[in-house]
Amino acid sequence: MRPLTEAETRAVFEKLGRYIGENIQLLVDRPDGTYCFRLHRDRVYYLSEKLLKVAASVPRDNLVSLGTCFGKFTKTQKFRLSVTALDFLAPYAKYKVWVKPGSEQSFLYGNHVLKSGLGRITENTAQYQGVVVYSMADVPLGFGVAAKSTQECRKVDPMAIVVFHQADVGEYVRSEDTLT
Amino acid sequence: MAAVRVEEVLAAAEEREAEKRRSVTVEKELELEFDLGNLLALDRNPPAAAGLRGAGPRREALLRALARDNTQLLVARLWELPAERAGGAGGPLVARLPEPAFRLPREKPPPRPRPPTRWEQFARLKGIRRRKRTSLVWDEQAKEWRRRWGYRRAGGDPARAWLAEVPAGADPQEDQFARLRREKRERVARNELNRLRNLARAHRAGTTVPAAPLHPTGHQSREELGHVTRVARVSTASLGRFQPRLPKEPAEPPSRSGGRKRRFEPLLGNLAAERSRQLELLRDMGSKKPVLDITRAVNKQLRQEEAEAAAAKGKKQSQRGKRGRRQQRPGRSSK
Repeated sequence: MRPLTEAETRAVFEKLGRYIGENIQLLVDRPDGTYCFRLHRDRVYYLSEKLLKVAASVPRDNLVSLGTCFGKFTKTQKFRLSVTALDFLAPYAKYKVWVKPGSEQSFLYGNHVLKSGLGRITENTAQYQGVVVYSMADVPLGFGVAAKSTQECRKVDPMAIVVFHQADVGEYVRSEDTLT
Repeated sequence: MAAVRVEEVLAAAEEREAEKRRSVTVEKELELEFDLGNLLALDRNPPAAAGLRGAGPRREALLRALARDNTQLLVARLWELPAERAGGAGGPLVARLPEPAFRLPREKPPPRPRPPTRWEQFARLKGIRRRKRTSLVWDEQAKEWRRRWGYRRAGGDPARAWLAEVPAGADPQEDQFARLRREKRERVARNELNRLRNLARAHRAGTTVPAAPLHPTGHQSREELGHVTRVARVSTASLGRFQPRLPKEPAEPPSRSGGRKRRFEPLLGNLAAERSRQLELLRDMGSKKPVLDITRAVNKQLRQEEAEAAAAKGKKQSQRGKRGRRQQRPGRSSK
């Protein structure tokens, strides 16, 4: 377990910034305690100082997970955000997409969101912008990347993909073994 | 029947004889060039290219035949040299080889000039020249020419010298033999020390390689230029700590351990400092983000056009009456 280096921090913040923009400050600088990021076995964890002090006493080989896992660094040092970060992305998301009840299940199975399943989308969403996907009842389902900007979404045909799937809460069941 | 067999046998024998003789003479298009001083034979005939291509037993056989033919020619030439019996009548026949014409390259590099030793410098200064000493000295005692040093040297064996006079000002109790031995040991040691010193001086002078130039020469490789850039970055009063990075230079500063071991921040270090560093990093990242003028402008334009189109259609509809279809707008935006 170790703190992130500057390059790693930059990569993580860039990725997070694509979804929550400048609200990362609210994650870094919290009024209710000191929270920090730590790296353990290529995975980035977000945890409070209190928890960090306790976790420091666990041997490295025996430590499985600590706090919230935000994602992991791949072999080529690229940061990949995982669904376990959704709890922190959802309240601060800048661009949101609401999915109709009919295609919720499709998204939860890992498919992309089609135009026919699109309920609402934030105005001014640029193409390839990171978005958080909600159900019509404002329950966060996952996050992805907007395949079309809002303008284009209005004009495109119903079978076109509007949001690329990146992570959904169905992964808690599907990839139970690999999530930390 | 018997005559036929005899004839056959004779023909076979003759063929074998011819074979043997044939193997001694070799036909070549171009004559070989010989340098008998180096036992060298140069064959400039083009080889049978088709047979030599590709590995296989055929290639082996061709190469072997080629080698055998050329060796035959070389040996035939060697036999033509003037020969004599070495070591008297019964000794082996030895051919006298001519001077080698082919200059072979050196096996090892030529010795580089070493710096002069302290004695050599002194001698050059004083103009002392080396006097050639004779290896034999006349020994008066033995009345013959003896070596200067070594086995049966002139002046007797120093180990068997049974008399050592006490010099005039010396202590009478001192052991002269011991003194002589000690002095010899000291002389030998001093000589050895000086020899090693000269060697070290020569070695040191040889290993100082002139450093690569730091200014651009136009003949520098990419690695050299990288090294020069690193040196230039560090050559400031603060040793490069506040040197701004070039556009494509990597953000990570080079580690002080020279890339051998990665050093990380302590696990439970100053968390407040960590937080402030991260906030600063966020600020830097945020400030550098360019505003997406183009896409926003395009979207704005599109929205304007749509609004105008909607307004025009609305007018038309109100003019036409209630017959106009209501347009369904899926994906209506809202915040």
